[in-house]
Amino acid sequence: MTMIFGVPVQALLSQVLIGLINGAFYALLSLGLAIIFGLLNIVNFAHGALYTTGAFVAWYLLEYFHVPYWGALVISPLVVGLIGMAIERSMLKRLSGLDPLYGLLLTFGLALIIQGLFLNKFGSSGEPYEIPDALKGGTNLGFMFLPNYRAWVVIFSVIVCLATWYVTEKTRLGSYLRAATENPTLVQAFGINVPRLITVTYGLGVGLAALAGVMAAPIYRVNPLMGSDMIIVVFAVVVIGGMGSIMGSIVTGFGLGVIEGLTKVFYPVASNVVIFIIMAIVLLVKSQGLFGRAP
Amino acid sequence: MIVILLLLPFVAYPVLLMKALCFALFACAFNLLIGYVGLLSFGHALFLGSASYAAAHAAKVWGAPTELAILFGVAASSVLGLVVGALAIRRQGIYFAMITLALAQMAYFFYLQAPFTGGEDGIQAVPRGRMFGLLDLSETRTLYFVVLAIFILGFLLIYRTIHSPFGQVLKAVRENEARAISLGYKPDHYKLIVFVISAALSGLAGASKAIVFQLASLTDVYWSTSGEVILMTLLGGMGTIFGPVVGAFIIVILENYLAARLGAWVQVVEGFIFVLCVLTFRRGIVGELSRWLKRPL
Amino acid sequence: MIRRVSSLLIVFLCLSGIARADFTDGVIKIGVLNDQSGLYADLSGQGSVVAAKMAIEDFGGKVDGTPVEVVFADHQNKPDVGSNIARQWLDVEKVDVIVDTPTSSVALAVSDVVRQKNKVFLVSGAATSDLTGKSCSPNTIHWTYDTWSLANGTGKYTVKAGGDTWFFLTADYAFGMALERDVTAVVKENGGKVLGSVKHPLNASDFSSFMLQAQASKAKIIGLANAGGDTINSIKAASEFGIVQGGQKLAGLLVFINDVHALGLKAAQGLTLTESFYWDRDDKTRAWSKRFADRHKGHMPSMVQAGVYSAVLHYLKAVQKLKSDGDGKAVVAKMKEIPTDDPIFGKGTVRADGRKIHPMYLYEVKKPAESKKPWDYYKLIHEIPANEAFRPLSSDCPLIKS
Repeated sequence: MTMIFGVPVQALLSQVLIGLINGAFYALLSLGLAIIFGLLNIVNFAHGALYTTGAFVAWYLLEYFHVPYWGALVISPLVVGLIGMAIERSMLKRLSGLDPLYGLLLTFGLALIIQGLFLNKFGSSGEPYEIPDALKGGTNLGFMFLPNYRAWVVIFSVIVCLATWYVTEKTRLGSYLRAATENPTLVQAFGINVPRLITVTYGLGVGLAALAGVMAAPIYRVNPLMGSDMIIVVFAVVVIGGMGSIMGSIVTGFGLGVIEGLTKVFYPVASNVVIFIIMAIVLLVKSQGLFGRAP
Repeated sequence: MIVILLLLPFVAYPVLLMKALCFALFACAFNLLIGYVGLLSFGHALFLGSASYAAAHAAKVWGAPTELAILFGVAASSVLGLVVGALAIRRQGIYFAMITLALAQMAYFFYLQAPFTGGEDGIQAVPRGRMFGLLDLSETRTLYFVVLAIFILGFLLIYRTIHSPFGQVLKAVRENEARAISLGYKPDHYKLIVFVISAALSGLAGASKAIVFQLASLTDVYWSTSGEVILMTLLGGMGTIFGPVVGAFIIVILENYLAARLGAWVQVVEGFIFVLCVLTFRRGIVGELSRWLKRPL
Repeated sequence: MIRRVSSLLIVFLCLSGIARADFTDGVIKIGVLNDQSGLYADLSGQGSVVAAKMAIEDFGGKVDGTPVEVVFADHQNKPDVGSNIARQWLDVEKVDVIVDTPTSSVALAVSDVVRQKNKVFLVSGAATSDLTGKSCSPNTIHWTYDTWSLANGTGKYTVKAGGDTWFFLTADYAFGMALERDVTAVVKENGGKVLGSVKHPLNASDFSSFMLQAQASKAKIIGLANAGGDTINSIKAASEFGIVQGGQKLAGLLVFINDVHALGLKAAQGLTLTESFYWDRDDKTRAWSKRFADRHKGHMPSMVQAGVYSAVLHYLKAVQKLKSDGDGKAVVAKMKEIPTDDPIFGKGTVRADGRKIHPMYLYEVKKPAESKKPWDYYKLIHEIPANEAFRPLSSDCPLIKS
């Protein structure tokens, strides 16, 4: 059996794979967060709770409406996106002039409400969600066993991330968004409805979170606490990558996932904290993050 | 306030009151940072929990007398306050909140694994001992008055910090940092000192809590506890002296009363209070009261 | 003057009347403290409350005219929540006995509180053998099973059947570590080796990374030192990553009938497990379990829930004989004095260190084709007689030294 640095290849590669999968979720979630922060200047603490909501919507769709996974991938982000837009319109708008810390606190409160509601209904272990039949099973690659569903997660996330990046950086809608981040008044003067743009953007951001939730459902089980476990790590990812940078979030998300996986192999004790250690270092050295613009 | 607190244990359940007192001290310490320096720390549970573990360990494993165990807890949280403060003070606003959150979470994972904390089990069966070798703390009434004394001590310390020349400089820094610098003050030093004081007093609250409940657990370092103290301060009134005390008592009693009847709805209720306060009630209870009475509280 | 004396006399008479059967505040209150909403809710939860109520009804509903009440609460598997509820129950709500309490870390904390307040604690849910070892208490009885008996059952059997290299997947708290410790001892005693172990957080959501480490160890047996939802998820992850196909076997060191029900026979078949109660064992257990299932959503009882019934029944017998419930130590001493007898465990005793003694049973989960009716999941491999099932009196327990 071949060894790299004293670790069998099989163990190394399988942990890297798991790291990539975690990284895919980090990337998707931090992408949504970065978009929202970039435009609304709000740290959306409710992001984790909306990710959880996305998973639960998928579960409801399957359980009561017999809508399979593929349908949920489309419907759930739409539903959660609409919820997000409602939240933005009714509550976040009122905080637009104030210290952004209030936005953080409001979304924190929302996260508590959402999580509490799910905890009440489902208890802390949640419900299982089956892997869709088309993606069941795995391929034996010889040096490791690769479950099909997990390979799909990585590939699809990369596609979604790149698509989002393309839309924001290369299309007209994206340019409106970026301009509105820099100077909302001027953009409004050009005739673009900035408040509506902001509402839609929030919906988009949380829609991405919901998409991640649907994809996570078969792997992590649909449980009310899945968001709160994730959100802190995602915050760290966003800070490392740069608070407003899209590409930064994507690269950092995947990258940190892999680093976490590697740490599990070589130095398992530190695997939970390695992301935070990196965050502390980055903040000390380059406070705007690896890809961020200077504040 | 003191008169009420002296009489309460004869009508209400003392252990619950002690919990409220510990959290009130914690909230006051937290409020020092947000209300008078303008820094929202989202990781304050780190100081509460670390001191809790330190004091529990000292009392149980080293057999230290109670007062020394508590002091050890305070020392531990102060040192942590210095380290975290030095790292975090460089940033403001959102970034400051995120750094404190992440550092606290890092500590949580460390405590989860470290053998001396007992992980999920926590440090159990912490002896209450005798305060100064005289007062038998296994008597609930005695313990209550000791905890009350500790609370008053911490409260007075905060009061003196605010109403002092030092406090005036803090106010100046908060109002107009550039001006304060031009006058020759170094704001970062002041901020750091306040941060350490805040951490130390949070530690005092945590160490006392460990002695009262005879248990130091992971819940104390988890970010949900950081969120709770923010809620208490927000509800009571950020930047007011009595606000955090009021907020802490309300939340602790609410949690206790609701938990038995509503279970996980407590979290939903707390979330609601958060949302409501941020949207419409930003000054908090004491803040609104102070505005109505037109005097600072 | 006469009026004063006579009114005092009347008062004294009333007091002595009450004191005849000295039950604290005129009610016997039983508190069921367990996990109502999390990963252990199925094997304890509301089912334990039902079991307690059944015991009270079967006893007659009252003890010499004093009513018996049941309260319950959710400790959320957290020691601080559990000990706070226990303290408040004993201080303010005048609960006399606390029962069930799965999650060993919570049980240890509650045992301490109960000892301080001198009430009674009957543990059915938690597993750690420390409850009759170094953490034993004159106020606590460990009722249904413990980690030592599991190690002695499943552990010994698996090693003897050829599983001589082990890797543990352990829940990172008191229970997991006690189970790993006890099984490790059995493995080594029987000539096996432990190649390594990995700890996972309680109620972990993703077991893939831990399972991969188990796979990399190439141990013949992967010992699952966890329970409830964690065990179910471990088994699922193992099948997802092709671990069993790769030739390694899973040893479910603590498996309940609810876990088998949740997994389905297809996934759970072949698992060996040790339990002290199975609903289909004999006519008495069948009859009792049917009554239980009728009151609890058609679910068959776990050994934990059945154990609550047995413990509460014996408690009421002891309290009746003692004619008082105020002094916890005295009640427990009485419970150790009287032999036990119920449809759950048959005849048994409570030992000096607080260990309830009864036979344990080694079962294997049936294949789907072998199951003829709902909940027909187990076939008996053999019975471990009562005198071999539990650890001999241990000098770790301070009660034994004196």
